[in-house]
Amino acid sequence: MTNGWTDIKNADVVLIMGGNAAEAHTCGFKWVTEAKANNGAKLIVVDPRFTRSAAVADLYMPLRPGTDIAFLGGVINYILSNDKIFREYVAAFTNAAFIVKEGFGFEDGLFTGYNAEKRDYDRATWDYEFDEAGMAKIDPTLANPRCVLNLLKAHYARYTPEMVERTCGTPKADFLKACELIASTGNPNKTLTSLYALGWTQHSKGSQNIRNMAIIQLLLGNMGMPGGGINALRGHSNVQGITDFGLFSNSVPGYLVMPRTAEPTLDEYLKTRAFKPIRPDQMSFLQNYRKFFVSFLKAMYGAKATPDNQFGYDWLPKVDVNLDTLRQFEMMFQGRMNGFICQGFNPLMSVPNRKKLIAGLSKLKFLVVMDPLHTETAHFFENHGEMNDADPAKIATEVFLLPTNCFAEEEGTFTNSGRVIQWHWKAAEPPGEARTDIAIMADLFLRMKALYAKDGGAYPDPIMNIAWSYRNPAKPTADELLREINGSALADLPDPTDPAKPPIRKAGELVDIFAQLRDDGTTSCANWIYSGCYTERGNMTARRDPSDPSGKGIHGNWGYSWPANRRILYNRASADPSGKAWSAKKKVIEWTGSRWAGIDVPDYGPLIDPGKNTGPFIMNPEGVARLFTRGLMREGPFPEHYEPFESPVANPFHPKVQSNPVARVFKGDLEVFGKAEDYPYAATTYRLVEHIHFWSKHARMNAVLQPELFVEIGEGLAKEKGIQNGDWVEVWSNRARIKAKAVVTKRIRTLTCDGKPVHIVGIPIHWGFTGAAKKGYGANQLTPYVGDANTETPEYKAFLVNIKRIGPAV
Amino acid sequence: MASLQSLDVRQRSASTAQPPSVRRDLEIAKLIDVSKCIGCKACQSACMAWNDIRPPVGINRGVYDNPNDLGPETWTVMRFAEHEENGKLEWLIRKDGCMHCTDPGCLKACPAPGAIVQYANGIVDFVQENCIGCGYCVKGCPFNIPRISKADNRAYKCTLCSDRVAVGQSPACAKCCPTGAIVFGSKASMVDHAQGRIADLKSRGYAKAGLYDPPGVGGTHVMYVLHHADRPGLYANLANNPVISAAVSLWKGTLKPLSMIGMGAAIVVGLLHFVTRGPNEVTEADEENARKLKGRNAA
Repeated sequence: MTNGWTDIKNADVVLIMGGNAAEAHTCGFKWVTEAKANNGAKLIVVDPRFTRSAAVADLYMPLRPGTDIAFLGGVINYILSNDKIFREYVAAFTNAAFIVKEGFGFEDGLFTGYNAEKRDYDRATWDYEFDEAGMAKIDPTLANPRCVLNLLKAHYARYTPEMVERTCGTPKADFLKACELIASTGNPNKTLTSLYALGWTQHSKGSQNIRNMAIIQLLLGNMGMPGGGINALRGHSNVQGITDFGLFSNSVPGYLVMPRTAEPTLDEYLKTRAFKPIRPDQMSFLQNYRKFFVSFLKAMYGAKATPDNQFGYDWLPKVDVNLDTLRQFEMMFQGRMNGFICQGFNPLMSVPNRKKLIAGLSKLKFLVVMDPLHTETAHFFENHGEMNDADPAKIATEVFLLPTNCFAEEEGTFTNSGRVIQWHWKAAEPPGEARTDIAIMADLFLRMKALYAKDGGAYPDPIMNIAWSYRNPAKPTADELLREINGSALADLPDPTDPAKPPIRKAGELVDIFAQLRDDGTTSCANWIYSGCYTERGNMTARRDPSDPSGKGIHGNWGYSWPANRRILYNRASADPSGKAWSAKKKVIEWTGSRWAGIDVPDYGPLIDPGKNTGPFIMNPEGVARLFTRGLMREGPFPEHYEPFESPVANPFHPKVQSNPVARVFKGDLEVFGKAEDYPYAATTYRLVEHIHFWSKHARMNAVLQPELFVEIGEGLAKEKGIQNGDWVEVWSNRARIKAKAVVTKRIRTLTCDGKPVHIVGIPIHWGFTGAAKKGYGANQLTPYVGDANTETPEYKAFLVNIKRIGPAV
Repeated sequence: MASLQSLDVRQRSASTAQPPSVRRDLEIAKLIDVSKCIGCKACQSACMAWNDIRPPVGINRGVYDNPNDLGPETWTVMRFAEHEENGKLEWLIRKDGCMHCTDPGCLKACPAPGAIVQYANGIVDFVQENCIGCGYCVKGCPFNIPRISKADNRAYKCTLCSDRVAVGQSPACAKCCPTGAIVFGSKASMVDHAQGRIADLKSRGYAKAGLYDPPGVGGTHVMYVLHHADRPGLYANLANNPVISAAVSLWKGTLKPLSMIGMGAAIVVGLLHFVTRGPNEVTEADEENARKLKGRNAA
């Protein structure tokens, strides 16, 4: 979230699209009800199904799964063609006036530079024009037809309300009502908050769904403002934390990047990460990249990391191929993986196409599952009929189940969606032989290190040189780890303003903030964005002061919000270029004449005079936010509507380019995409409020509240297929078949897309073959093996199935 | 055992004793704002957790309502209704459970002394140790709430967390409701709170929004804010105008002296029977019948 949970109450319009906050984020949804009750906010819900969020919405409308970009592109077209933009904001704080290179273009569904064979683009033309000094050229008058804003207008001119209706199936009148409400926030006094979750990410073009919304929020001036922002509601209590720490194989904690083979030295690696400003007087904060990266290497290798050995740069893996989950299971499936350590993860339930997963896991030599529960993955070799069609006699994989404690049985931190890191205390002892994940990983590390010490090996250095200075090496504590994450001074740190003054930190002291980190090896920090969370003043994440002096939901002394305890990101944009708040109602920080001050920690240099024209988007070398993303997104600088890989209709915008042209498809997976002739119904998968993923079905109480797998269909499809409420039905895709109860509901409408009726089948995800609830099939048995082109998040939200009745109720 | 002190009792089933009068309790109420409810069932979980009750894991019957109905271990359920009006769909989700009537039909109908009590704060509580499982409370309730347990043949329903309220806590359901759809306080403050919610709903186009506090049972201590207060029936058949059934009113009201005479007469006749014919003996045939009946129940 760019803003936080408590900030939602400041919104004037709440858009829930690509998520179902009431259902999947019930507790946080309270802030939506606060906005409605105390701020007169209007709630818009756009979803293929009339959800629990829709139940309390002021305006609900359906759309066909996988057509969000068509819808949002339509909103952009509405905003631009009806002149609803927040003009001063767009002019000052976005790249609207930047001039794009000659040669960049878009035609018939493709941007310039496409290579069909590689399924990739040469992105050379997706950039600005630069002058001799390396500064991007702009035209503040916007007269140049190659200005970003003009190109944006031209790109989305095709997204008319008629095209939206034709593509999404959303009735035009409803769509226009939504546009009007959304556009009503394009001024200083009103803001819109966008709440989304996996309904936007789990598509073959998920990242572009979110990009599209970001463009809308920038055009309306809703970034950096209270009650605004782009707010990803995360699906687990600590998935934000796991992302911050580099969940991906190509990430280093704090959104730094794992080096590649082509970057053999530290200097080579840092050369492409200089982040020099491309406009005069911009902060381009990532110019500090070297400080953060060297401090990370010091946290990894301690005293072994020296300037002479590039701080241990050679010991980091060089990852040329991103080992995302889909690729991991593809490698397993091809027999190219021996062992798999599965920690806090139940891939047999959560990776697409279970048949392929069982085949892959069966080819492993060993599988280690660390979990408090008997997950399906730990029992993948068991035969549960069609629910899990494995043949134990033919599977030689050795499976180790290492019981771990659950969260309440250890201390540590959670980072919530709003980036607030909160310490939690241990409430109970873990049962039986359960150990903490930390203790298991430490044990594993120490045994490996001992083996390397005894036997040697091809390259023991990366293991032997890891710094491991915990009081009890077998059981590092969460407290020790959080200090290591925050970072400390390894030598006295001289005051940069005057070296004659006393050092700002003495050797051995925890640093106050990432601004104190150095690139010469005198500081250590495991994750720069968390720096400040545990200082000499104590554990900031353990603070529990609920006070909110401004009444704006800025609880500055509750936990610690990264970065720098800032609650609203980009909050410099809440003030106009001269430093005065755009409106009294939406004031966050202002220029006092000598510094920036207000109710939140300024996301800006606190002493930068507004006269300097330094932009508020300090992480970008432009200093402004990007309506045009240059070469940062694989599909192109503007989001374009592509159909899901399994779609009931031809792409109404460009039938020749049906789906995301750069999404990765493995051989063999392409062949099992279903065709609309055989699988005429648009399916989508989702969570229900009674459960969380595949855990809560192990709890009796949750099992009571939602006991059995069902699928949801509309009355139209039910009538066609002779399905009554509560009947048993079979749903099948080109990959598998599942059986479930039918819930026939008015909440799922038959949509009309491209002149054809489109029925929707909804499939919740929570049932498996272990636990207290009734045994059930997994939705992932049906879903296609393809992911988003930028993140490889699988396309769970839009695919094709068929359905038939197989028996009466009960 | 009742959760509150005898000092707090206002009415007691099948009892004629004057209730204690020295304590002046504030009338309380739970207000359920249906327009804010998202049907998350947190209230159902909290009810199960606080009261330590767990119904069996059921099945899906083509609806979101689970458990499908109230039961001896299920004192509250969300009832989901789909309503279409002027082309606009509404998903009306109502938390169902005891309404804690000011004039409780269950208490009126109950023949077991002290099995049902009403406290001065308005809570109607079942005291299972005094319950004889006759089921009259079920017949007496205009909202179809009490359920008889097959395991122990006693009646159960929501206590409005009388044990929590007795120590100044709100009911478990109100405590955990994430959207503030369930609020708890004095009845007067709840009526007041409802007015604010109704004004908000009217501003959003629900012209007939209103408070459900049915006069037919003297008002209730569980009230609803409804978007369509003119049509309570839309909310999974919420009673439009609930009243205690005429039979119960007649039997326990006007005809009560007569019924007392009848009971007296029955005792006299029984005594006469014992004196003239001796005690009733259980025959072999009776035992056999009982065994059969038991077997059938078990099946």
